Amino acid sequence: MADKSVRKLSIIASKGSLDMAYPPLILANAARMSGVEVNLFFTFWGLDIINKKKLNHLNVAVVGNPSMHPSVHIPTLLGIIPGMSAAASWMMRREIAKLDFPPVGEFVQLVQDAGAKIYGCKMSMDMMKLTKADLVDGADVLGAMEFIEMSEGGQIIFV
Amino acid sequence: MANVLDSVKFDADGYMEDANAWTKEIGEAIAKREGIAITARHWVVIDYARNEWKTKGEAPTLRNITKNTDVDTKELYSLFPGGPGKLAAKVAGLKKPTGCI
Repeated sequence: MADKSVRKLSIIASKGSLDMAYPPLILANAARMSGVEVNLFFTFWGLDIINKKKLNHLNVAVVGNPSMHPSVHIPTLLGIIPGMSAAASWMMRREIAKLDFPPVGEFVQLVQDAGAKIYGCKMSMDMMKLTKADLVDGADVLGAMEFIEMSEGGQIIFV
Repeated sequence: MANVLDSVKFDADGYMEDANAWTKEIGEAIAKREGIAITARHWVVIDYARNEWKTKGEAPTLRNITKNTDVDTKELYSLFPGGPGKLAAKVAGLKKPTGCI
């Protein structure tokens, strides 16, 4: 039968663009669905994912992004046209919704409801002049060292 | 109680081989084996999962369950504390859901 010892996963989210916000959330949610304990650590730009004012306005970069766009490639020179990033982000949000994945804010709430613990990186927050009040409810502030200690005995994923 | 499961075939991960062979008694026995005491709220999830499987041929995703029943994410995790993604399907006699959400 299934192994009864609880697996543990630490996920570090360091990027805050729309496309990079989903992998840590999807992995955290998948882990919780399988009964794996999850701690999520948001550092640097990753903080935008749990910043109340920003989480529902994340954008995807069109300039300097060689994968843009799967069907019609957007040349870098066109990417600088005002509104291009907003349009690409709008398209991506629509595609994500089609797959039944929730918008970022709702997804953060979902992984919290699923029992994943959420932490903001203290140093990045100091640098960006953020306080716990800027983060989603239920998030805590933690130093990198404490997070590493908390991860003992588990696996770490860096996004 | 164990007798109910004696004639049931399971795969290596403990999921039933044949979802058609499932009965409520088997569901209860699987739940008990997984350490779950089934309540009316569990049945809301299990019945929904069974119905979804009948129409779509596979176990519903958790998001599908929480969107279409009155069981929310928090409750789903308290009903199936060892990981509702696996456990709900297991108890309902279905295979692991293939969806990622």
